[in-house]
Amino acid sequence: MRLPFCIGCMELIRSDKLVFEYVRRDKNGEVDGFVRAIDEVSLEINQGDFIAVLGPNGSGKSTLAKHLNSILRPTEGTLYIDGMDSADSDKIWDIRSTVGMVFQNPENQMIGTIVEEDVAFAPENLGIEPREIEERVKESLITVEMLGHRKASPSKLSGGQKQRVAIAGVLAMHPKCIVLDEPTAMLDPVGRKEVIRAIRALNDVENITIILITHNMEEVIYADRIYVMNKGRMVMSGTPREVFSKPEELEENHLAVPVVTRLAHELRKAGMNIPEGILTRKELCEAICRS
Amino acid sequence: MIRDITLGQYYPTESVLHRLDPRVKLWGTLLYVMSLFLFQSFAGYIVASVFLVSLIIMSHVPVKFMLRGLKAVFVILAVTAVLNVFMTPGRVLVSFWKIKITIEGLRTAAFMVIRLVFLITGSSIMTLTTTPSDLTDGLEKGLGWLKIFRVPVHEIAMMMSIALTFIPVLLEETDRIMKAQQARGADFESGNIIRRAKALVPILVPLFVSAFRRANDLAIAMESRCYRGGEGRTKLNPLKYAMRDYAAHGVLLAYLAAIIAVAVIF
Repeated sequence: MRLPFCIGCMELIRSDKLVFEYVRRDKNGEVDGFVRAIDEVSLEINQGDFIAVLGPNGSGKSTLAKHLNSILRPTEGTLYIDGMDSADSDKIWDIRSTVGMVFQNPENQMIGTIVEEDVAFAPENLGIEPREIEERVKESLITVEMLGHRKASPSKLSGGQKQRVAIAGVLAMHPKCIVLDEPTAMLDPVGRKEVIRAIRALNDVENITIILITHNMEEVIYADRIYVMNKGRMVMSGTPREVFSKPEELEENHLAVPVVTRLAHELRKAGMNIPEGILTRKELCEAICRS
Repeated sequence: MIRDITLGQYYPTESVLHRLDPRVKLWGTLLYVMSLFLFQSFAGYIVASVFLVSLIIMSHVPVKFMLRGLKAVFVILAVTAVLNVFMTPGRVLVSFWKIKITIEGLRTAAFMVIRLVFLITGSSIMTLTTTPSDLTDGLEKGLGWLKIFRVPVHEIAMMMSIALTFIPVLLEETDRIMKAQQARGADFESGNIIRRAKALVPILVPLFVSAFRRANDLAIAMESRCYRGGEGRTKLNPLKYAMRDYAAHGVLLAYLAAIIAVAVIF
């Protein structure tokens, strides 16, 4: 467990009342109005944190993710990444190599015809020496346990393997933070497990800040902190235990708590002596045995 | 069924030609194709055949595989031969009704067909021994000087290699769309050719839509991995001339000299 506060922690991401609006047009291309995809979101994320962002479809979580590496710029408010202003167009490449992005569809982010080439794409763009690129490719593929497939064609890999190659492709930039935008949404349960394990290893071993955007509740129980978004606003935040101890509030935001947590909550309401915010099956068993 | 189509006809094996720098192979192919039109004499054909046969042997690619490319152009070969046989004026060998076959006609027809066969086999040696991605790398580096004339060489090479990556993805997508439509009663297999072509329209529309969506996703993914054009970009495996590549240049020059000598002498 990390301490809830720490002195001397490196602050990596700070946003203050971040707003993003886009223009909605009608069929004739006339301006129809403005849509607030992100509405006054303030965040603070430290180096080494594992953050999960939850929210139903259209809650603005993907839009927020795209701000974190300067693909989108804030309409109002400020966003600082590692001390760099994301609105500053001179810093755009520094920001993008500090914060890597992994997207939902693994097929649409493969650039190389073989795995190794794909992982090398980012360092090639950064103008790194060939020998160093080779080292980075090797070490990134080892981290996601895909070194054995370095010469394979991405089209021959499973979804989970493709997504791990995509993570390796980002790792090869040596980022401080990786944002994963629903990386498991298109995977089967096995692929999901592989990817989540790889993400946790990055956070634990390499101390890379992880921002996991998802609507799968089972994946977020490992997070240090959860942010819940709805309609562009940050509606809840806290540790998984804190957030999951309010299942009614989560449901108001179109999210369902994990089955175990739900069961624990209902048992508690029915009068059993079970603590709030049960996350795993093991915890629930122990609590029931004790009560 | 649609996924059986193989693209690019790279034949994976180990040979000197496989290891050669793609730039050498590109220039070599160009030079060989040009050389085929330099000579008229019988001796020239001997030189060109000796060169081609030794390349085929060196490539370690089965001859059967090599000749497969000829099947596709069989019609063109046949038409060329027939036209040459009947249309060339000269000493008449056989004649019936209005048709005359001349000795010169037979001669040009045979040489023309041999020339075309050499041309196709020669260029397929290049595609058989070079991976598509090496080929685009070779084009990018070998044609780099075109940048002076504002030809976007890097962009074209990048487009080619992305297209290569996406061919299997789009084939799979086509397969999926076809199955989805077959499940709802679409019929792609019966009827005449026009009806079948018409049945393809409802496949192409969703395919195009999804291709554009994929292109957009890919563009964002590339940008977020710091892609900003060819300026200042490095390569994981940069192309570098080795001794064998210089040697290959020597061989090519020797061949060119031989062909020119033959063309001048005979």
